[in-house]
Amino acid sequence: MIPVLEVFDLHVDRDSRPVVQGVTFAAQRGERVALMGPSGAGKTTVLRAIAGLEPRMGGAISVCRPDSHVARGGDSGLMTPTAQIGMVFQFHHLFEHLTALQNVSLAPVHVSGVPRAEAEAQARALLDHLGVGHRSDARPRELSGGEAQRVAIARALAMKPLLLLMDEPTASLDPARRDELAATVRTLSTDGTTILISTHDSAFADACVDRVLLLHDGRIVREGRPADVVS
Amino acid sequence: MRSLSALVLVLLVPTSSAAQQTQELRWGGDAEGGAPFVEADPRDPSRVVGFDVEVAQLLASGLGRQARFVQVGFTSLDAAAARGDFDVGLSGIEDSPARRSRLAVTIPYYEFQEILTVRTADGARYRTLADLAGRRVATLGATLAYDLLAAAQRDHGVVPVTYEDDVHPYSDLTLGRVDAVLLDDVLAGRGVRRNPGLLNQPTPVGVGHYVGVLAPENAALRDSMNEILRQAMRDGRLEAIFRKWKMWNDDQPALYARLVGDGAAPPETASTASTTNSWEAAIRYLPALFRAAGITVLLSVLSMALAVIIGMLLATGRVYGPRPLQMALTAWVELIRGTPLLLQLFVLYFGLAAVVQLPAFLAALFGLGINYAAYESEIYRGALQAIPRGQLEAARTLGFSNMQTLRLVRAPQAFRLALAPMTNDFVALLKDSSLVSVITVVELTKQTSIFAANIGSWVLPGAMCGAMYLLLSLPLARFARRIEKGWRQ
Repeated sequence: MIPVLEVFDLHVDRDSRPVVQGVTFAAQRGERVALMGPSGAGKTTVLRAIAGLEPRMGGAISVCRPDSHVARGGDSGLMTPTAQIGMVFQFHHLFEHLTALQNVSLAPVHVSGVPRAEAEAQARALLDHLGVGHRSDARPRELSGGEAQRVAIARALAMKPLLLLMDEPTASLDPARRDELAATVRTLSTDGTTILISTHDSAFADACVDRVLLLHDGRIVREGRPADVVS
Repeated sequence: MRSLSALVLVLLVPTSSAAQQTQELRWGGDAEGGAPFVEADPRDPSRVVGFDVEVAQLLASGLGRQARFVQVGFTSLDAAAARGDFDVGLSGIEDSPARRSRLAVTIPYYEFQEILTVRTADGARYRTLADLAGRRVATLGATLAYDLLAAAQRDHGVVPVTYEDDVHPYSDLTLGRVDAVLLDDVLAGRGVRRNPGLLNQPTPVGVGHYVGVLAPENAALRDSMNEILRQAMRDGRLEAIFRKWKMWNDDQPALYARLVGDGAAPPETASTASTTNSWEAAIRYLPALFRAAGITVLLSVLSMALAVIIGMLLATGRVYGPRPLQMALTAWVELIRGTPLLLQLFVLYFGLAAVVQLPAFLAALFGLGINYAAYESEIYRGALQAIPRGQLEAARTLGFSNMQTLRLVRAPQAFRLALAPMTNDFVALLKDSSLVSVITVVELTKQTSIFAANIGSWVLPGAMCGAMYLLLSLPLARFARRIEKGWRQ
């Protein structure tokens, strides 16, 4: 079976300092993978490189499914990211001037060309599914941290990505919310979405991922099931 | 005599009281008016020359004093005289009932005729003001000629166009921007000499006189000056001055005969019954002030719209464009911000006239719009750059193009940040629009200054004009606050 995500010998420099130094891994359809490791290990940078937000990278990344194939690599730099990859940022980065519903429906309407009414109906369903349907008309600054994060997840999922990247999703959540999020992540992959999460929260990783990649100084130093790696 | 810049109120006002002790006669004039009135000596620009300079020297020597020149903008001469900034104002100042009611005025020392100048081809067509119905006729604001034109506007439908200087009316007549010029024979003679293809109509439209003006409390000094002038008329010294400046003609001996004869009565000056009652005048001027306020609003709104469009293009180019474009646009913004709006208006209207003849209103619109676009672009650039990078990256991962990110995410939020400074700029533009009077657009401030010159006081016109600007700007600030509040909800 062809993996959905393949990362081969990824290098990223920042301020001429190597941040990621030869990371290689793959993830299958519907698989949930966590990138773990101490701060500065390069977890977030790997996610950003996959999302197409790191201009100075070497190596190769490919995201594919049977009917299409996206590849970037070498010194090709910033390629147009495709909606096949969704990203949920640590600080959400919701569009401040739009309501939760508009945040979620904006890309389907303007990027995919979905009719507005249909996009809004889908957005509403997504927000309901994530438990924030009642906040559809709220602006980002009126949302709590947990609500904003759910809206951000809905925004990424609205583009029906093959691969969902989540950067430190538990950073602003209390333990109860964290458990809810773990449950949500588990349900998201049931329809085939591959999920890659950067986190240093081992309990969270234990609760929702199949596999952990432990990063240190920009290299993968261990790999395996959460219980085995995190010790 | 006439000032290019009505904005430079008092360039040089002696503050020391030593002037009186050393027995100086401080006399006020505007060296921008040029020859033959008062101008900087081409051989020694620190000195002034002109017939008014020599009249001042004549008065000073008669009083046993030393003449000292004080530069004052032409339109401010009356106010400066009343304040006592100088002892006497001599700068081709016209006799008028309004002046006599506010200031101590000397006897006339020169009689002039208001002359209609037209293009030679129109010589047979436009002989009098009545022939110029619906036509644009140029003159200087706040002069007898302007009063005559205002009367012709009522009687014949002539359209008066006011200038701040006495050179451009004639060059614009040559260019076809106006169809006639009405000014005194001294200026008309010079205008025809300098602009081939123009012709002075032989029949004068009116008669006026140059006088000296003093503060009202200086009536005694004025009387001494009158005696000196009369003596100079008798002994030929005044004639010598005007012969030297090639201004002597048969009207002058007739004027002198009336003034030095027994029971000498001051001569009649053509005038359009300028009332000296301020309230009556205010009511008379009200329709004109409202019309002028309409021009101010129309010009400000259109200029601001233009400034917003150009400003957005400049800002977008500076944020998204390639490096050379960014540098070029930055240089442009600095050029526009670093030079006076007044200069830009002159260049647009008069400087480019040989290449493209913009109508005055369009030139004013472009001048204000282009100038303010530079300031707007800085606001938008700052606002665009204030949108968090994370949101732009989020838009990128969702598949938005740069253009879509700008249109859907960045610009709408930047506009919210920019609204308060934009409102501020619009209020500033509303007031800066008064500068366009230098290119003949009569807006609120210009109409007010015409009004003030007519009644000889700035108190009532100033208050009315200020109230109108406030009425225009206050609702704007409220409107902006309402929009901002709407966004917050």
